[in-house]
Amino acid sequence: MGGITLEEMSDEYFDVLKELGNIGAGNATTALSQMMQCKVDMSVPQVKLMEFKELGHLMGGEEIIMAGIYLGIEGDIAGSIMFLLEKQAARHLVNKLMGTSVEGEEFSEMEFSALKEVGNIITAAYLNSLSSLTNLKIHPSVPDLTVDMAGAILSVPAIEFGTLGDKMLLIQTQFFDEMVLDGYFILVPNLDSYGKILSALGLV
Amino acid sequence: MGNVIKVGMADLNVCVSPDSITTLGLGSCVGIALRDPVTKIGGLAHVMLPDSTIIRNNTNIPKFADTGIEELVKQVVARGANRGRLVAKIAGGAQMFAFQSKNDMVRVGERNVEASKRKLAQLRIPVIAQDTGKNYGRTVIFYPETGDFVIRAVGKPESVI
Repeated sequence: MGGITLEEMSDEYFDVLKELGNIGAGNATTALSQMMQCKVDMSVPQVKLMEFKELGHLMGGEEIIMAGIYLGIEGDIAGSIMFLLEKQAARHLVNKLMGTSVEGEEFSEMEFSALKEVGNIITAAYLNSLSSLTNLKIHPSVPDLTVDMAGAILSVPAIEFGTLGDKMLLIQTQFFDEMVLDGYFILVPNLDSYGKILSALGLV
Repeated sequence: MGNVIKVGMADLNVCVSPDSITTLGLGSCVGIALRDPVTKIGGLAHVMLPDSTIIRNNTNIPKFADTGIEELVKQVVARGANRGRLVAKIAGGAQMFAFQSKNDMVRVGERNVEASKRKLAQLRIPVIAQDTGKNYGRTVIFYPETGDFVIRAVGKPESVI
């Protein structure tokens, strides 16, 4: 089986991707909980296929400031993965991790690398579960982090999806510890990779 | 004050003074503003990718620099702008993340800017101002009344080009 585009994907395949998103986000939550050494709960993730134009509204506007962690994937499947967290939530996580209670707008260099590590652990947990479920080799690259407007950060995965179609697959997860942390995963496999994931699961 | 027209990602629209037109959070995408200084008719396109010819059966005109700019010109002229008087201002085309990938998607911001300028040159529309590249997102507001292209970025003072 060659490329399968998101538009022509059947409900059955879509459900499988949803379930993968669910398990991946579950793993990520466990990793987050271990790292922070406290209980973290997670809501049932919502998996959405969205038009580019709708993206901004979902996260509360294109100008909402978010932290975005982005890394490339190589191995049996190729593409990239992004994890987005609202800035307030990112601040909360960093404080918790470093045992500080900073209120500031800006992140220091130290906080920036702590946040990068959070993103690294969360995305690695997500990719690990995808890898073990499918038996596919997935190697993530070194992550990069940016704090900027949601629209600007989302333009990066949107452009990658843009070469394939007009929609983007988004997994929205809410984490709770003392506060609600809205997190978003965006998995951007290249054209062959959806097919590979589905056939690894024995579906095609 | 007129209304503010909003342009989304892979989208374009026409704007006539006193209205203004905006697109929020440009990252690697490019915003192209056109204006006829006499009639004060303008427009804004938010393009995502450089070249529509890499895709078979493209149906999304505003998504690509080449087809998007062509369509924007068509629409502002249809609204009453003079084709020969049009001038352009462009913004965006940032590289949001530094990670190195083997494919050239990484340079997509830069390529979007190049493709937009190439298309505008081909249509003989001069680019009279630009704020492109770097590594941060931009919100832009264009005023066809004055031709001001206002650019906002996180943690930076507002600028007008």
